[in-house]
Amino acid sequence: MEVLVYLVPMALGLGLLGLAGFIWCLNSGQYDDLDGAAWRAIMDDDDVTNAK
Amino acid sequence: MVAARDFTHFVQQLDGGMARIDLAVDGMRCAACMAAIEGGLAAVPNVARARVNLTNKRVAVEWPDGTVDPACLIDTLADLGYRAYPFQPGRLEAAEAAEAKFLLRCLGVAAFAAMNVMLLSVSVWSGNLTDITAEQRDFFHWLSALVALPAIAYAGQPFFRSAVRALVRRQLNMDVPITIGVVLALAMSVAETLHHAEHAYFDSAIMLLTFLLAGRFLDQNMRARTRSFAGNLAALRADTVAKFVSDQDIQEVPAASVRPGDVVLVRPGERVGVDGLVIAGRSDVDQSLISGETTPVAVGPESTVYAGTLNRSGTLRLLVSAGPAGSLLDTVIRLVEQAAQVRSRYVRLSERAAKLYAPMVHLTALLTMLGWLAVGASWRDAVVTAIAVLIITCPCALGLAIPAVQVVASGALFRSGVLLNAPDAIERLAAAQTVVFDKTGTLTLPDAVVVNAASVPPEMLALAGRLALASHHPLAGAVARAAGARRPLDGASEEPGRGVRAEVDGVEVRIGSAEFCDALRQVEDLALMDPQASTIAFRHGDARCVFAVRQQLRIDAVAVIGRLKRAGLAIEILSGDRAAAVAPVARELGVEQWHAAQNPADKIARIATLKRDGRNVLMVGDGLNDAPSLAAADVSLSPTSAVHLTQAAADALVLGERLTGVADAIAIARRARRVMQQNLCLAIVYNAIAVPVAILGFATPLIAALAMSGSSLLVTANALRARQATTP
Repeated sequence: MEVLVYLVPMALGLGLLGLAGFIWCLNSGQYDDLDGAAWRAIMDDDDVTNAK
Repeated sequence: MVAARDFTHFVQQLDGGMARIDLAVDGMRCAACMAAIEGGLAAVPNVARARVNLTNKRVAVEWPDGTVDPACLIDTLADLGYRAYPFQPGRLEAAEAAEAKFLLRCLGVAAFAAMNVMLLSVSVWSGNLTDITAEQRDFFHWLSALVALPAIAYAGQPFFRSAVRALVRRQLNMDVPITIGVVLALAMSVAETLHHAEHAYFDSAIMLLTFLLAGRFLDQNMRARTRSFAGNLAALRADTVAKFVSDQDIQEVPAASVRPGDVVLVRPGERVGVDGLVIAGRSDVDQSLISGETTPVAVGPESTVYAGTLNRSGTLRLLVSAGPAGSLLDTVIRLVEQAAQVRSRYVRLSERAAKLYAPMVHLTALLTMLGWLAVGASWRDAVVTAIAVLIITCPCALGLAIPAVQVVASGALFRSGVLLNAPDAIERLAAAQTVVFDKTGTLTLPDAVVVNAASVPPEMLALAGRLALASHHPLAGAVARAAGARRPLDGASEEPGRGVRAEVDGVEVRIGSAEFCDALRQVEDLALMDPQASTIAFRHGDARCVFAVRQQLRIDAVAVIGRLKRAGLAIEILSGDRAAAVAPVARELGVEQWHAAQNPADKIARIATLKRDGRNVLMVGDGLNDAPSLAAADVSLSPTSAVHLTQAAADALVLGERLTGVADAIAIARRARRVMQQNLCLAIVYNAIAVPVAILGFATPLIAALAMSGSSLLVTANALRARQATTP
């Protein structure tokens, strides 16, 4: 029983971290363009040193 | 006069001294386009950031305010091969995007809570069968309450708000029983936990919300996708007008930024962008987009021209007007508003289900409670059983039954080239019995077509096409399209009102009016054979030929009308054009019922007559004179080349040049309605089984969870069958 008292809330806490991560992703607009994000992951752009 | 383009209307000021513009891009297909566009725009000096949204086909560009001219961004994209135009998201779209984000956030919270509460619940259920102690069970129940209560308070907002809004209006919708069920389930679970009971229903309440939110989010997402696509189409029309900024200089500005009292220039071959009074110049104007009438109308000083008409031969200087009362646009707007009020409120299938469902469920629960009390059970047991009945008649299945099918059907329609404007259009499309078509621009292609291209020698056609590229005249445009010409001839000079001339290998070539090309005899011969067609002449040295240009039926018009007839629909044509132009079209399509020379009020009257006879009317139209009848009909479709007001009044848009979208839309809608009815039957069958189980007191949380997920999955799986269309 004692084990449960701290393990289960710890599990819930980890779940809460996951939720916080999801909300952060949503707020930073990462779900606005899922098709583009899929392709950006494998885009082949080298670091270009064009002065901007 | 040099035209400069002014896009400051579309530039947004951001914090930190940055400016931003959103462009809708046509021609973006894949990741390579994305890389090319971002690279190309980032290479423009002073651009800080260029980000493509591949889902919406848009690109957002940011730069320090004042350092970049948006016109050069559009030119850079044009050099890369993409057509782009600034886009201003309407207020409606921005509000919907915020709503979608809110729904997704609620879904995230609900899903997290549901999974964690289920973790705890399964432990309790399995423990109940073995050796869980009362204090362990209470601990888990309290933890479930700790997770579920705040989660439901946040994630249930869409339902609670909607239910309160409905109750305030003294109506019932689906969200009222959902809200009552969830709140009572929570209250009862907390009470049970306080009494150290075996069963608590936290997981049922949160799982119910999760399923319903998932359905709602998918529905919202699909509608947002089609709406952003439609928004891009509207932007890419690139409605600009040439406004006089001084006495001689003109600037290309967006049509939306022009105010009454401005003076604009309309060149030959351009579409008029705004309503106005002619103050200088003479021309003839093609009003077919507005009234359907295909014969051009002569205009001069003191005449009014309307937005959307095509200026053919001369240059006009217009004074932009707010429109005198009684102008065509005002009449049309007034008729549209009247029609929208009169149109009977179609009671959606889901609303009808809700009206039946809510009272029955509540009554059953009440009777269960009274029944148990009468048999001698304690208050606590009776209340628990009654609330279990409420939970198990979970509106999951009912709440998902219709939206799931709408989402799948919208996707199927999108793939067939039909964009839905209104979500309940699917049910109304399925109920249509009579289809009323407009002629000009709907049954016929919006651009005129050369009909005798085959009788002209290919080299002459090719040369004529290249010369025609230099002219703004719409008839020349038809010749260029027929020849597939791409490279214009060098040194071509246009003589306004007469034609274009150039020199090829020392020989003069001319295209234009019959006198300009010295081809009067050929024009007369052609007029004998085909009196309806307009003519444009071409001369290469001594050889002459004349092109006959007329409005062409859409390629698949005959096939589509045949298909609609086989599906059991009655067809009618209502056109603003004269009878001589409508009769041959009706004959070719095999339509017996047709009326010509209809103004907007006539069209509404005809539709009202049909409705009085009990027919459900589907109206397909594109011109300004169709907008009121689109609003008056039971359901309406519009091709994407339509005037703005018509598009807004239509329930769905048909993309592209083919008419098959109309027949496909009806077939998909009929299939979808059948699947919706099946889903409702499934939901009823599920309830018929589940309610007795609950009344007898066997609805433990485990049973409730299994029943809820099972019924939701079944209904969603059935909804996927709406993807195919029935063969009409």
